[in-house]
Amino acid sequence: MAKLTDLTIAEAGVGLAAGDFTARELTDAYLLEMEASRGLNAYFEETPERAREMAEASDARRGRGEASGPLDGIPLAIKDLFCTEGVLSTSSSRILEGFRPTYESTVTQQLWDAGAVLLGKTSMDEFAMGSANITSCYGPVINPWKASGGDAAGKDMVPGGSSGGSAAAVAARIAAGATGTDTGGSIRQPGAFCGVVGLKPTYGRCSRWGIIAFASSLDQAGPITRTVRDAAIMLGGMAGYDPKDSTSVDLPVPDFTTALTGDIRGLRVGVPAEYRMDGTPAEIEALWQQGVDWLCEAGAEIVNISLPHTKYALPAYYIVAPAEASSNLARYDGMRYGLRVEGEDLTDTYERTREAGFGAEVKRRIMIGTYVLSAGYYDAYYLKAQRVRTRISEDFKSAFENCDVILTPTTPSTAFALGEKQDDPIAMYLNDIFTVPASMAGLPAISVPAGLSADGLPLGLHLIGPAFGEEAVLRAADMIERAAGFDARP
Amino acid sequence: MTDATETFPDAIPGHLAGHITSRIGHNSDDLIEGETGTWEIIVGMEVHAQVSSESKLFSGTPAAFGAEPNTQVSLIDAAMPGMLPVLNAAAIRQAVRTGLGLNAQINLRSVFDRKNYFYPDLPQGYQISQFSDPIVGEGRVTVDLEDGESFEVGIVRIHLEQDAGKSVHDRRPDATCIDLNRSGVALMEIVSKPDIRSAAEAAAYLAKLRSILRYLGTCDGNMQEGSLRADVNVSVRKPGGELGTRCEIKNVNSIRFVRQAVDYEARRQIGILEDGGEIDQETRLFDPDRGETRSMRSKEEAHDYRYFPDPDLLPVVLEQSFVDEIAASLPELPDRKAARFADEFGLSAYDAGLLVADRETADFYEQVVDAGGAKRDPKIAANWMTGDFFRRLNADDLAIAASPVSAGQLGGMLDLIADGTISGKIAKDVFDAMWESGTDASDIVEEKGLKQISDTGEISAIVDQIIADNPEQSEQYRSGNTKVAGWFTGQVMKATQGKANPQMVNQLLQEKLGS
Amino acid sequence: MALDTDTVKRIARLARIHVDEADLAPLADELNNILGWVEQLEEVDTDGVEPMTSVVEMVQRLRADEVTDGGVRDKVLANAPESDDGFFVVPKVIE
Repeated sequence: MAKLTDLTIAEAGVGLAAGDFTARELTDAYLLEMEASRGLNAYFEETPERAREMAEASDARRGRGEASGPLDGIPLAIKDLFCTEGVLSTSSSRILEGFRPTYESTVTQQLWDAGAVLLGKTSMDEFAMGSANITSCYGPVINPWKASGGDAAGKDMVPGGSSGGSAAAVAARIAAGATGTDTGGSIRQPGAFCGVVGLKPTYGRCSRWGIIAFASSLDQAGPITRTVRDAAIMLGGMAGYDPKDSTSVDLPVPDFTTALTGDIRGLRVGVPAEYRMDGTPAEIEALWQQGVDWLCEAGAEIVNISLPHTKYALPAYYIVAPAEASSNLARYDGMRYGLRVEGEDLTDTYERTREAGFGAEVKRRIMIGTYVLSAGYYDAYYLKAQRVRTRISEDFKSAFENCDVILTPTTPSTAFALGEKQDDPIAMYLNDIFTVPASMAGLPAISVPAGLSADGLPLGLHLIGPAFGEEAVLRAADMIERAAGFDARP
Repeated sequence: MTDATETFPDAIPGHLAGHITSRIGHNSDDLIEGETGTWEIIVGMEVHAQVSSESKLFSGTPAAFGAEPNTQVSLIDAAMPGMLPVLNAAAIRQAVRTGLGLNAQINLRSVFDRKNYFYPDLPQGYQISQFSDPIVGEGRVTVDLEDGESFEVGIVRIHLEQDAGKSVHDRRPDATCIDLNRSGVALMEIVSKPDIRSAAEAAAYLAKLRSILRYLGTCDGNMQEGSLRADVNVSVRKPGGELGTRCEIKNVNSIRFVRQAVDYEARRQIGILEDGGEIDQETRLFDPDRGETRSMRSKEEAHDYRYFPDPDLLPVVLEQSFVDEIAASLPELPDRKAARFADEFGLSAYDAGLLVADRETADFYEQVVDAGGAKRDPKIAANWMTGDFFRRLNADDLAIAASPVSAGQLGGMLDLIADGTISGKIAKDVFDAMWESGTDASDIVEEKGLKQISDTGEISAIVDQIIADNPEQSEQYRSGNTKVAGWFTGQVMKATQGKANPQMVNQLLQEKLGS
Repeated sequence: MALDTDTVKRIARLARIHVDEADLAPLADELNNILGWVEQLEEVDTDGVEPMTSVVEMVQRLRADEVTDGGVRDKVLANAPESDDGFFVVPKVIE
C-alpha cells in the first residue's frame, strides 16, 4: 500500500470509507512525518494529543455509521492566524505570546464539525504581512524544495508567504491539507513556491470571524492542498454564510467537486496583456503560454483581454492594506491580552509593548497605514487608492463580459534563497504583483503547480474568476493540473 | 469630508469648525455685563444619549446599567483577536425615531467610520462611530423658557456610536481598573448648532431634549446613571462681533450642572479677555463640588482620529417605507401635546408646558380630566396638578409613577368640589389626607365629616346667630364698612369648622346684613 | 511628500510605537521609499470614480435586538496580563 501520507485528501477519504486504514493510523503516520521534518520549521505548535483524540472520535463515528463526509478523519495543518480554542494562536507575533483563545474561528469549527483532525498550527509571516515567511517570531520556514542549479543551489529557500508554514507542510506531506489566508496573495504565492495548490475564494465566501484580522476588506481564508480536487473538498468544508461576520455573503455552498467535469469546451479564457511585464523570466512567460496551449487543446477559447490598471494594484494595495492594518492592530496594546512591557506610564507602556511586540515589517506597515489615514493625507492616499481599486474592479467586470476565467502566471519568479530580497521591502512586495489585483477586486483565484524551472523549482499558473465563480476557476485549474501532470516531489 | 491641512483640534469635529448659528440678534437679558462692556454667550451642545435597547450596538451583550464589572462583556466588546461587529437593528430604529422626533432629515444611506485613538477603556483602539455620513441630518427643537418666551435650537446631525468602558481610579493607588460593561453600548450623539445664548437656555434645551427622548422611548434620560451626558461648547463675544474661541466642557451629567458650568465658563472667558488675554481652545471638565471648570488635557496632544469607513461593516441603507412606518408610530410629542392642551383645555402655554414635560404626567392629567364619561374642568384640574400635586411630588422626591394619589383619586376629589360636597379650601386638607393615606377622597370626607354645609336653612340660622351676637360689627357694616363682611364670613366658617359653603355664606350675609 | 524625522516621531506617537532616536532617520528613509513608490497612483485618472467602500455588493445586515452574549467574564479575563476582582488592571490613567 502507498505510504499513508502520500494519499491526497480524496484518496484518503476513499481509503477510510473502505476500511483500508483507520483515521488514527492516518494521523499517527502524519505525526511521525512531522517529527522527521521539524527542520522545515513549518509547525510552531504541534497538537499530537488533540489530533489522536479527534482521529479516534472520527473512527468511532465511522464505526457507528455516522461519518461526516469527505473531511472526516483528515489530518490538517491550521495557519497560526486562525483562533483555535485552547491552542496557541499568535499570528506568529511576539505581541500575542502565549495567547490561547477561549473561542474557535468559524472556519476551523466548520472543519472540526466535518470531522477533520488538527495536527498543529503552522508558522506564518507576522500578522500575515510578508511573502517569504521570514518575519515569523518563530523563525523562517524552510521550503521543502531546493534548487538543483543556479546561484541558490543547495541553499535554504523561502516557501513564500504569508501562509509559508501551511504551504511547506502540504508540500512536505506533513499535512494532508492546510488552511491559509490570502490578503494580497498569501495563499497563492506560497502555493506556487511550494508546488502545491492554493485557492483564495471570493471575498465573503468564508467567514472571517475568529481569524486574526490584518486587512479587513481583503482577508480571505482558503485551502492549500496537493490537488485541485482536494481544494474543492476543503473549500466545501470551509465556506458558508456566518451571521457573526457582516461581510459574509449569504449564498449556498455547492459541492465544488462537481465542477471538476474535465470538460472545458467553449470555456473562454482571458489572457491579459498587462500581465506581460518587463523582467519576468522567460521560463515563466513560456509556462504561461504553455498553460494557454493546454487549455486551448482541451477546447477552451482564448480571448485577449485588457486589464489596464493592473500595475497600480500593488501600490494601491500598499496603501489600503496598511491603513486597515494600522487600525486592526491597535487592539494589541498590552492591556487585555498578549505581551505587556511595563513602561513609566500608560503611554510608555503602550509604546514599549508595541515596540517589543511587533517586528520591523509590521511596524513599517502600521506607520505607513497611520500616515496615509492622517489628517491632510487621507484624500491623497487612502481615498485615491480606494478609487483606483474601483477602477481595478471595473477592469475585471468588463473583462468578464468577454471571458469566463483569466489565466496569468502566479509569481514573477520561483522561490528564492533565504536572505535574498531582504534589503528592499518593495522587492519583497513585488512577489505579489500578479496575485494582488484579484485580491483588490475580491475575486476568486487559484494557483496550480504547472511545471518546474530549469533549477528544479516549482512554478505555478494562476486562474482568476468572476465573483462567486469558484466553480469555473476549479474546472479550469483541474484541466491545467491534468495537462501538466505535475508529479515532482521536493 | 473635510481635508484640513492642520490636525483636528481636541474632540471638535472639523466639519463643525466655524459652524454658523441660526440665531441672529440677541436678547439683552442674556448678555453679561463685564468691565469693558457687555458680552454675549454662544453655546452649542453635543449630547450623548444611550439608546434604549436590550443589547449593545454591535454585540449581543446586555446594555443595562449596574452589573458586576465585566459581566456584560463579550469577546467582541473586549476586542479579542478576530472579533467582528454586527449591527443592532434597534439602534437604527431608535436613531431614526429620534431624528423624526427632532424634525430632522433621515439619511437613508449612512456609513460607520472608525475613530482611532488609544485609551484603556477603548478596547479596539478605535471607536466605531459615524463621521461623514451620519444617519440623521439637520433638525430643530423648540425650547420654552419659564417666562413664556421660546427659542429654536437647530440640530446639525445625529449619529450612532459605541460608548466606551469605565476607568476606575480609586481601587488601586498604583493602577487603573477597567470595566468594559459599558463598552459598545449604543449612543446617539445629538449635535446642536451654537444657537444657545445663556446658561438658562442651555439648561432648558437639555431638559426639552431629554423630555422628547423619553417621550419617544429612545433614551431613558437617566443622567445619574449616565444615560444622558452633555459636552457643552462655550464661547463669548461682543454682540455682533466675531465668534470667540470655544472651550468644550465634557461629560456634564446633570441639567443643573450644565447651567452652572456655562455660567462659570462664560465668566472665566470674559475675565481672561477683559484682562487682555486669549482663550486657549481646550477641553475642560466641570467640577460640581467647586462649581468650576478646569482644563482636562495638555495642549500639545492634539488628536488626529484618522477616520475611515469601517471595513468590517457595510453601508447602512434604509427603505423610505421603513422610515415612514416609524414616523407613523411616533407618539404625540410634547410640543403638539402642549398645543392641544392649550387648545382643547383652554390652558395657558405655560401650564400646558408644565403638564407635558413628562409623558407620564401628561397622561395622568388627561386621565384626571377625562374620566371615561363625564369630563372634569380641565383648568381646575391643571391648577391642582401644577400646584399642590407637583408640590407634594417634589417635596417627597417622587416620580409621578410613584404617586400615592392616582389620577382616578385626584379626579374623584375634583368631582366632590364640583358638586359642592366640599369646598376648595377643605379640599386642600382632603388632598393632604389622601396623600398620606392613599384613601379615596370620598372616604376621607365621610370619615372626617368634612362635607360642606350647603343647606340654606342651616347656614341661615348660623348667620342669624352671629349677626345677633355681634351687634357692633353689624352696625359697622350697615354704616358703610363693607370690609367687616370678611370678618363675619370668618366667624361663620369658624362656627362650622370651615365646612360652610363659602358662596352661600357670602350671599346670605349680604342679604341679611345689607338690609 | 517626504517625511522628516519629526513627522515620523508624530506618526510613531499616534501609533503608540516607541522608536529610538537613532532609528528615526533610517525609518524615515524606509517609509519615504515606500511612499515614493506608491505615488505612481497619481498617474491614474480617478475623476468621478467612487472610492470602493466594500468589495461585496451588499448593504449592512441588521441583527435582532436580543441578548445572546455576555456573562463570560472568565473567558474575557483569561489572557489578561493583570486582572483583579473582575477588573482589567492597567497602568494608572491620569485624567
